[in-house]
Amino acid sequence: MLTADFDIYKDLLKTESGIIITPDKAYLLDSRLTPVARRWGHEDLDAMAAALRGAPDKRLVKEIVEAMTTNETSFFRDTRPFNLFKHAVLPYITQQRQNTRRLKIWCAACSSGQEPYSLSMILKEEAEKHGVFQTDILGTDISEDILEQARTAIYSQFEVQRGLPIQLLMKYFEQTDKKWQLKNDIRKMVRYRYFNLLDSMTMLGTFDIIFCRNVLIYFDEATKRDILGRMSKCLAPDGVLYLGGAETVLGVTDAFKPITGVRGLYAHADSEIALTVSEQADAKSAFMP
Amino acid sequence: MLCLIVDDSSVVRKVVRRILEEMDIDCAEAADGQQAFESCQNTMPDVIMLDWNMPVMNGMEFMCKLRAHPTPTQPKVIFCTTENDTDHIQAALAAGADEYIMKPFDSDIIRSKFEQIGLL
Ligand SMILES: C[S@@+](CC[C@H](N)C(=O)[O-])C[C@H]1O[C@@H](n2cnc3c(N)ncnc32)[C@H](O)[C@@H]1O
Repeated sequence: MLTADFDIYKDLLKTESGIIITPDKAYLLDSRLTPVARRWGHEDLDAMAAALRGAPDKRLVKEIVEAMTTNETSFFRDTRPFNLFKHAVLPYITQQRQNTRRLKIWCAACSSGQEPYSLSMILKEEAEKHGVFQTDILGTDISEDILEQARTAIYSQFEVQRGLPIQLLMKYFEQTDKKWQLKNDIRKMVRYRYFNLLDSMTMLGTFDIIFCRNVLIYFDEATKRDILGRMSKCLAPDGVLYLGGAETVLGVTDAFKPITGVRGLYAHADSEIALTVSEQADAKSAFMP
Repeated sequence: MLCLIVDDSSVVRKVVRRILEEMDIDCAEAADGQQAFESCQNTMPDVIMLDWNMPVMNGMEFMCKLRAHPTPTQPKVIFCTTENDTDHIQAALAAGADEYIMKPFDSDIIRSKFEQIGLL
């Protein structure tokens, strides 16, 4: 591919989604965008690049961005963040919300839904312990295709065997042919909508807990800083932010600080939050239903 | 940690063994439930990867016999089978299985299931 053409794709992805493509990842363009080029009647990526100069078709741009997203996810991914959610964050936040008895959670790059649905299963399991709470989980992503998959909540045999305990599969899923679909009561706990993290977040409201896991890794420092800065305005003063295992706020933004003793969890810089982390909450392996 | 791999297909046993050895887990093999039971009487493993349909004694019969057998510690049992419907899975869990792998599987799934029951 010509450097000029590579730059067209690189710039488009950066402006439209924040995703950074370095020259050593050029092969990703080839493997992921060649099918898009074919669908749009272009012989190859160079031909499609020509069509992207000037005022390109918005639908084509959208397809290119979607094709370049990495949607890798799994139920209870990395386990520990979910043990922490169940045994430390949820007890803390329900205590904080004894008066309003409302809980708002945002999964800011939810992919095919495993992350928000893991949370709804925990909320369902824990409901008795915390009494009646009105819970609202919002799942957003830049890929419409992946959101559609999240809404239908139908997963392959492979997907339901990664991270999901068999007891939860039996309890919350229905088998349809070779696939598994989440039951309606868990499904309807999550609302999905398209949202680009580069866009203004003011319309989204305020959340008690934000999951923004395994997406900042695709962005450059300035974009990370900008997103985290705006995100801090959507997090309640006593709220909790989750980042992915390879992500941090340190050296990126002053808006958040790590919660003492709890890796991967962050709070407002001026927050006085202290979480009680039991051995159970800190368990690295095995999400226990 | 010792894992007993019980499957009448030597190919499946070999594939599972290769994945487990990558994870630094020692392996023993048995080709049916009867062999598996004898192997357990010699050396009790920490975990058993168990096929369902096998000649001589099937996986379910073996597990029930094992669970009824007085031993200081019971190994964890992970079914690993093509019996992939809810009825079979429920029956296995009710009879004392700890986890359940639906074939075909890959190394991610095996690792995930081992983590699930606290072995890793
Ligand atoms: C690797 S997945 C992470 C899924 C889940 N949070 C997890 O940790 O398993 C990354 C997701 O971020 C989405 N994404 C990428 N850029 C985005 C953007 N600018 N705005 C919103 N979502 C974006 C992708 O579509 C993809 O589904």
